[in-house]
Amino acid sequence: MVVELFLDLLSQPCRALFIFAKKNNIPFEFKHVELIKGQHLSEEFGKVNVLKKVPALKDGTFTLAESIAILLYLSRKFNTPDHWYPSDLRKRARVDEYLSWQHTAIREKGCRIFFTKVLMPLAVGQPFSPDKLEEAVKEMNFTLVQFEEKFLQDKPFIVGSEISLADLVAIVELMQPVASGCDIFADRPKLAAWRSRVEEAVGKELFQEAHKQVLNAKSLGSMQLSSELKEHLKQILKP
Amino acid sequence: MLTGRMALELYLDLISPPCRAVYIFAKKNNICFEFKPVELFKGQQHTEEFAKVKILKKVPVLKDGVFTLAESTAILLYLSRKYNTPDHWYSSDLQKRARVDEYLSWHHNSFRRIAPKTLWIKVLIPLFTGQAAPPEKLQEVIDELAASLVQFEEKFLQDKPFIMGSEISLADLMAVVELMQPVGVGCHIFADRPKLAAWRSRVEEAVGKELFQEAHEQILNIKELSSIEVEPKLKELLAPTLMKMLK
Repeated sequence: MVVELFLDLLSQPCRALFIFAKKNNIPFEFKHVELIKGQHLSEEFGKVNVLKKVPALKDGTFTLAESIAILLYLSRKFNTPDHWYPSDLRKRARVDEYLSWQHTAIREKGCRIFFTKVLMPLAVGQPFSPDKLEEAVKEMNFTLVQFEEKFLQDKPFIVGSEISLADLVAIVELMQPVASGCDIFADRPKLAAWRSRVEEAVGKELFQEAHKQVLNAKSLGSMQLSSELKEHLKQILKP
Repeated sequence: MLTGRMALELYLDLISPPCRAVYIFAKKNNICFEFKPVELFKGQQHTEEFAKVKILKKVPVLKDGVFTLAESTAILLYLSRKYNTPDHWYSSDLQKRARVDEYLSWHHNSFRRIAPKTLWIKVLIPLFTGQAAPPEKLQEVIDELAASLVQFEEKFLQDKPFIMGSEISLADLMAVVELMQPVGVGCHIFADRPKLAAWRSRVEEAVGKELFQEAHEQILNIKELSSIEVEPKLKELLAPTLMKMLK
């Protein structure tokens, strides 16, 4: 029985999983949970993940939520190459450190830009608020300084000379503002160089494939959100 | 040249929940460390000296020789591996371990994000601004926390003694210290939740009641904090954060 991954590639953590599984030739069944149709809010999906979020994994009767947990589970179960989650104690700690920090830093700020510029307007049928976007971008800028100073520094990758789960999780999150029309790589040569290296390490084709949907600005801007999703978003995003 | 064996240093302020998790874990597992106190409300985490240790200016921080590490989850995992702590803390069983990872991930945007707000609203905002926060704000936070607690009981705890199953793990430790924050400021979240209260008792028992009390002494005596004089510079630094909280 093949592992099932419940994904929507509009979601950053889903992309990390998609890329990781494909890159490591992990056989899996892609179970598409269409976010804009609100499929993640269904009772049926709730049986897979009661938290009603993607990504989710189903391995036989074992279900698992949270992309970080799923990435680690897959890396262990399928014995992926060491560099993804180094067995060296300190290198591994550096990956853990990034994976922990990023939740309320890069992930949060990237999501906020996407919500403000893309999702909220679609949910309420009004143009995005420039003030709110400015605030969101400001916070992202601050976080990016921390990212470059503390995590990347002058190394090729976050943990050193090879790509790890930390870089993978970082890059997919940073593509969300890009997809929203905020090119955070534009004035940041060090960050842009790191991005190139990550794309190269992952494989450009696979990277493109994972990001095809979210980078299609036209289709993004004209997404038809289900009414259930609109209500849900209005509640959680508090415009 | 003889190199003295440098002790493991843990930079902690026990007012902070993640610091308590690290403190309890290290003590429970008899890990020798030097407790380096960082008094958050005296603005010590913003000093030059601390900055050398920690660019992100947050506690807890670990310093093991020249190796410095931030983020409580990373520190706990590092300690569990380096000191070969008992398996139940971070089970070697693939699926049990995944459950702990799953909780530790979810934790960030739930308890870790919400629970500290109770301290801010009930104690720190009055302390820093000399004014009480609007009561609606506290209710908002309590409601948010309540929703998280429902998810916690439904998804993570269910009918098991501990999150992972029959034994305490890093997940329970991280959860319980965070939930003690509202308790410390008088939000009795365990009062109407017998299942949660029973879980808390089990966790205290597993950790050791004395150690648990020791770690929580400060937060449970928060009135003392209320009479601390706050560094003016710190007030300035934290003003924007406080304003955001009141929005």
